[in-house]
Amino acid sequence: MNAIIVSTLLGVIMMFSSWITSSAKAQRNLGLLGMLILILANLAQLKGWWVIDFDTKGMLAFNQIGLFANMTLFILTFLYLWINGEEIEKIGNHTADYYAIFFFILCGVSVLTSFDNLLMLFIGIEILSIPLYILTGADKKNLLSNEASLKYFLMGSFSTGILLLGITFIYGATGSFHLSMPIINPRTHMVAEHFLMSAGLILLFASMNFKVSAAPFHFWTPDVYDGAPTVFTSFMATIVKAAGFIAFIKVFETQRVALGFTWYIILSFVIVATLLIGNITAVFQRSVKRMLAYSSIAQAGFMLFALYGNSIFNTEAILLYIVAYSLATIGLFAVLVKMKEYSFESFNGLAKQHPALALLTTIFLFSLAGIPLTAGFFAKYYMLNALLSAGAGLWLLIVAILFAAVSIFYYFKLVQAMYFTPGTPAINNFDKQYEFKLWVVAILIIVLGVFPNLLFNYLYF
Amino acid sequence: MFLLLFLLIPIIAATALLFVKKEQAINLISIGSGVLTLLCALYIIVNKTGSFDASWLPVLNSRFLLQADGVSKILILLTAISFPAIFIATVNNQTNQKNIFLSLLLFTQTGLMGVFLAGDALLFYFFYELALIPVYFLCSIWGGEKRIAVTFKFFIYTFLGSLFMLIGIIFLYSNTLDHSFLIESLKHANVTPGQSATAFALFFIAFAIKMPIFPLHTWQPDTYEQSPSAVTMVLSAVMVKMGLYGIIRWLMPLFPEAFLAHSNMVIILSVIGILYASFIAIRQDDLKRLIAYSSIAHIGLMSAALFSHNQAGVQGVLVQLFSHGINVLGLWIIADIIEQQTGTRSMMALGGLAKQQPTLAILLVGFAFANIALPLTNAFIGEFLMFNSLFQFNPWIAAAAGVSVILAAIYTLNMVQKVAYGEVSAATSLMQVPNKNAQGVLIVLLVIVFLTGVYPQPLFDLTADTLKQLFVK
Repeated sequence: MNAIIVSTLLGVIMMFSSWITSSAKAQRNLGLLGMLILILANLAQLKGWWVIDFDTKGMLAFNQIGLFANMTLFILTFLYLWINGEEIEKIGNHTADYYAIFFFILCGVSVLTSFDNLLMLFIGIEILSIPLYILTGADKKNLLSNEASLKYFLMGSFSTGILLLGITFIYGATGSFHLSMPIINPRTHMVAEHFLMSAGLILLFASMNFKVSAAPFHFWTPDVYDGAPTVFTSFMATIVKAAGFIAFIKVFETQRVALGFTWYIILSFVIVATLLIGNITAVFQRSVKRMLAYSSIAQAGFMLFALYGNSIFNTEAILLYIVAYSLATIGLFAVLVKMKEYSFESFNGLAKQHPALALLTTIFLFSLAGIPLTAGFFAKYYMLNALLSAGAGLWLLIVAILFAAVSIFYYFKLVQAMYFTPGTPAINNFDKQYEFKLWVVAILIIVLGVFPNLLFNYLYF
Repeated sequence: MFLLLFLLIPIIAATALLFVKKEQAINLISIGSGVLTLLCALYIIVNKTGSFDASWLPVLNSRFLLQADGVSKILILLTAISFPAIFIATVNNQTNQKNIFLSLLLFTQTGLMGVFLAGDALLFYFFYELALIPVYFLCSIWGGEKRIAVTFKFFIYTFLGSLFMLIGIIFLYSNTLDHSFLIESLKHANVTPGQSATAFALFFIAFAIKMPIFPLHTWQPDTYEQSPSAVTMVLSAVMVKMGLYGIIRWLMPLFPEAFLAHSNMVIILSVIGILYASFIAIRQDDLKRLIAYSSIAHIGLMSAALFSHNQAGVQGVLVQLFSHGINVLGLWIIADIIEQQTGTRSMMALGGLAKQQPTLAILLVGFAFANIALPLTNAFIGEFLMFNSLFQFNPWIAAAAGVSVILAAIYTLNMVQKVAYGEVSAATSLMQVPNKNAQGVLIVLLVIVFLTGVYPQPLFDLTADTLKQLFVK
């Protein structure tokens, strides 16, 4: 509860902070301070030092894993704000508003990691989504940004509608919104209507797939990611997507039982489709930003593997994957922000001009590709391991690694451009301070790539 | 603890090189670290050494376990000889950003040493990949004209192969009783014969690509041709041995039944590869491509002999792992000298080396003999044992593979004839000054060739324990 309340308060405070100070720098620092407070508040609940609590009638349930997920996402957000603070200011005149929006989104994230009731899932997703529509359209004078925002809004509301319909069906079948719902309908004392239940779950599944941009519900992703201001794309592709996954897993951890074997068929179909579409389309992109959008679809395919089983392996795997993927993606977008152009050609010769920047980009790309010594490798490793423990067929693993090999192709295209093709890249001011921030991310990636258990030590302390 | 030095020395030297710009210091560090590693290698060969064991990933129960038995030691020795030899032989080559070039080479050495030492499957996979990454950069930055496309093909090929192996490792691991990556635990994994055969296939693909076995060899000639000479030397002298080593260390003990069940298929593929590569080698005009195809043929013979699963044959392979490395290294160094001084690798343009540089010509003939496996050279004993075991497996297959000896004689002697004899060609006339460093290295290598050819017993003794593990139950 701490995180939900504190993030809301911080959002309100940030909204009105421009009355007190109009200096963007002060607002940025206030935002960072707020982030620290939020992290501390969540830590307090995790450790049991100080807990705000009141009876939610079982609508929300706080467990270790949810709080830990909060912790990781908040720390990632902090890193994100710390790195991108100055870039956020360049988007528009209302810096404080953006920070307020971030805090509202984090409120949605906290609801999504703790809901125990399908209504709270709906509310969480709405709290998360509506600020996102604003962020997407933040670059008001850019038509692409406007288009992306409108598209995202229309598609997003449509998918929320589907979500609500699914929830209604499930309510009709079981007479309850609770996740740990009885299969016996308490009012009619009959076995829950199987058909209605399945239909509801499948609608829910479709809508959640939309939120995490899994195929065949991914069509909004490239346009929205491409159109949104690059700094905000970075946030959407990482923290928001991760929260979506955590909610997705929370719903289907228990509910998938009702679907029986059908669950594995539709899940496998979605996974293979996502990997196929994400990876193959990414190969043909000419803009790095668009490539990253498709790569984020492809990575979502890998993350979906976590839904295959419901053991502790899956939870570990998805958390590590989220951290590894988010770190690398935040890093890459932070590099991208500094480029004047986003085409692959504009990276030509970067290694000659800015060896450090090229090396950092390479580390981020290696992590996304899953090369050993980076966090991405262990993320993929844990995921495959979880998949095997969940009893998946070997064919699914082979499909996964075939597409992992395809992903090498487009990630390394950028490495080739930077190192092996001569050229003069155009870069905005890239100073030592910024480089230091990126190094922090890179070192985190490498440390997790050698000792991934560091992350889990906190899960089980 | 001592084994850790094989990783630390190259890694420290490689890191140091990144910050050094002066030519002399660069050479000193690289050659110094190479020689130091060689001394360490000689030390562990003479003395018994314990293993190094530390906890690495407690959650997964994976251990940082380094251990060296016969086959590891022989390959460590090969690696330790190759790197300083390469450094000294190419010391005068013109290379941009030489410190980074050598640094990446030393990182490769670290990866290779790790592969040969790792006793834990996950650690093995780790080093297997790490040895590849620096090579990717080395070839793509300093390679020939078509370097980027060729290296990319090589990289994706091997990376995909090792991903298959990763699945195999995870699969076995998840079925072990004590959840561990140690070879002993994996050996006793609780799998059905069918599952074991699948896991075997997953591992085999990785090693088959690395060796390479026909029809997965297509990356190799192009990569060898396009890579800078020093990298080609590393690739063909040491790196391809990773595949054979993987078979001896992992495939044979882990899947004894599947190994025997698939031996027929693999041997036939290998023999096809041997003949195919030999015939192509005859038609080559480019020195590098000729040696590349000849190398495919030799490796094919080794893999065929391994799968014939005969004690003498495996003994032959263990010796040949070392001998082939030395021989091919010698040939590459000669090819590099010729290319550096004449600017061409085409045999048509060469000729008359014997008149121009008699010492180099003699060395060339020496290594050519070793490449054909004439008696008294080191390759003879290994090839003899390997053909012997193939013969016991199936005389017809042995006969088919035996043709490759004749073919090897044809293309190797043809090369000697074109390069060393005849009138001094325009290109060869450019070779005025002998490359003293490289020739010194070649002489040392040639001494090893004949020494181990006449008296191979030390190599047998060295690898006796591996053989015992594989065949005595």
